[in-house]
Amino acid sequence: MPVTVALYDGRVDQPNPRTSISPAEVAHVARLARLALSEEELSMYTTQLAAVLGHAADIAALDIEGTPPTAHPFPLADVFREDEPRPGLDRDEVLSQAPDVEGPYFRIPRIMGDAP
Amino acid sequence: MSSPSAAELAARVRRGEVTATSVLEEHLARVAAREPEVHAFCLVTEDLARAQAAEVDRRVAAGVDPGPLAGVPVALKDLLCTKGIPTTCCSRILAGWRPPYDATVVRRLAAAGAVMVGKTNMDEFAMGSSTEHSAFGPTRNPRDLSRVPGGSSGGSAAAVAAGFAPLALGSDTGGSVRQPAALCGVVGAKPTYGLVSRFGLVAFASSLDQVGPFAANVADAALALDVISGHDEADSTSLPGEPPKASAKLGLGVEGVRVGVIAELAEAEGIAPDVARRLREAADALASAGAKVEEISVPALRYALSAYYLIAPAEASSNLARYDGVRYGLREQRADMTETYIATRSAGFGPEVKRRVMLGTYALSAGYYDAYYGKAQKVRTLIIRGFEEAYRSCDVLLSPTSPTTAFALGAKTADPLSMYMSDICTIPSNLAGHPAVSVPFGTGDDGLPVGAQVLAPALGEAEMFQVAAALERLAPAPAPATGAER
Repeated sequence: MPVTVALYDGRVDQPNPRTSISPAEVAHVARLARLALSEEELSMYTTQLAAVLGHAADIAALDIEGTPPTAHPFPLADVFREDEPRPGLDRDEVLSQAPDVEGPYFRIPRIMGDAP
Repeated sequence: MSSPSAAELAARVRRGEVTATSVLEEHLARVAAREPEVHAFCLVTEDLARAQAAEVDRRVAAGVDPGPLAGVPVALKDLLCTKGIPTTCCSRILAGWRPPYDATVVRRLAAAGAVMVGKTNMDEFAMGSSTEHSAFGPTRNPRDLSRVPGGSSGGSAAAVAAGFAPLALGSDTGGSVRQPAALCGVVGAKPTYGLVSRFGLVAFASSLDQVGPFAANVADAALALDVISGHDEADSTSLPGEPPKASAKLGLGVEGVRVGVIAELAEAEGIAPDVARRLREAADALASAGAKVEEISVPALRYALSAYYLIAPAEASSNLARYDGVRYGLREQRADMTETYIATRSAGFGPEVKRRVMLGTYALSAGYYDAYYGKAQKVRTLIIRGFEEAYRSCDVLLSPTSPTTAFALGAKTADPLSMYMSDICTIPSNLAGHPAVSVPFGTGDDGLPVGAQVLAPALGEAEMFQVAAALERLAPAPAPATGAER
């Protein structure tokens, strides 16, 4: 689904980069998030997401190019432990919570279409 | 409230003066009397609680110390995994799910002798500020049933406020412990990021989420935190080393303590005048008690709300991708997997979760990543630096917890942005990874509780609770006891 977007270019003199989002963009995002929306929901979320993005225009307009991003509050390095065997979760107990199983496996619908 | 504190109850149980069973039955009787109107729980685990209480009593009889929370009833937010006991995050997509393991905090509470009375109601997947976004229906504020309890941990806050349990646990991603604590007139704390294990806490926004305690008083909240904090090798973001003792300085007073009142949050647009007035009184009271109180400006906080409502939804959109109908929870089966994903998620998630997942997906999508998510991460850096600057001249900071007292049910559900504004004072601590606690400080013009928030730098829990305990002693007479309201 082609979506045209007006992208903010990072200049501070462009104060209001995005205060709206189109229904087509919301439909596209919903598809990416694996959500189906009714016409009514599409209209409601378009209005509501536009309001939140409108509020976020204040930071989109900030000129903070040289500031490093923070993904995590503390700079923790990867954590390792000795690779020693230890008990894991009980397989049957885990499988008992699945919507559909076959033997020791999760069972799901087909993931590919028919061969041409 | 005239009920004994959690610490006092545990002491009596440990000394054999009262049984855990009788303590539990007293609390279950309160649940039976008021739960139908409050709806703090999505599940009351009476049988389990009775078995746990009986075990505590057996230990005491056998001369074995059951631990620092011996026989203390606790309520757990329904996003903490409890082995074999339904854990739903108050979402249809997890209805009936029984986790195959306990969260680390659940194990630590049990090991300390606590008794689990139930799983508490919450905004679905912790997304909300009123507990109205629960698939089980809303919780009502025990102090005024026409008002919300706050959220997302509204059930836990209400459970403590109604006397259903002296202690409860919630999770705080943007204020979800502190804001409901303020609205219900109880104490609620968000610890330093990494101080409490997130293992078994169902993820919302992983770089922000922390488990925190609710209690009717500051000392009990600190006690509960001391039980659940500490390194856990099952959580890779768990801080190494000895945790600070939250209850170490409770009685010290505030003589010479440097307190900064945050200008951007104390009188900000949207802060109700009665809340702002109470905060000034709190600052004055601390000054009278010997604290050095000054106003301090942290300009980057003006952008905290915008940054949070891009970062948290972005992380949520990724975390909630796991709800695909394959391994657990709901499945709406269709002819192929993609259509099954769509049908399952559309049927299983409520409107607020869908809203945030879409917002986060948008903020992370090609073309918008730099302008929104990337920018928000840079603002996060500015907020951390702003706090660092403030803590050069202050030991702790002070602000309101919530911009208003408890609002009416239904008041903000149609306008998500107005609901998001409820978190304006609490979000900065999550972005920085710092601890903060809400402590009741008088009431607003409507007679409902106002919360004062004490913020501290990372691992500053002892000083934070020290000042909170002083505020508790200095606070105006508390709101009338619960139970007498409409």
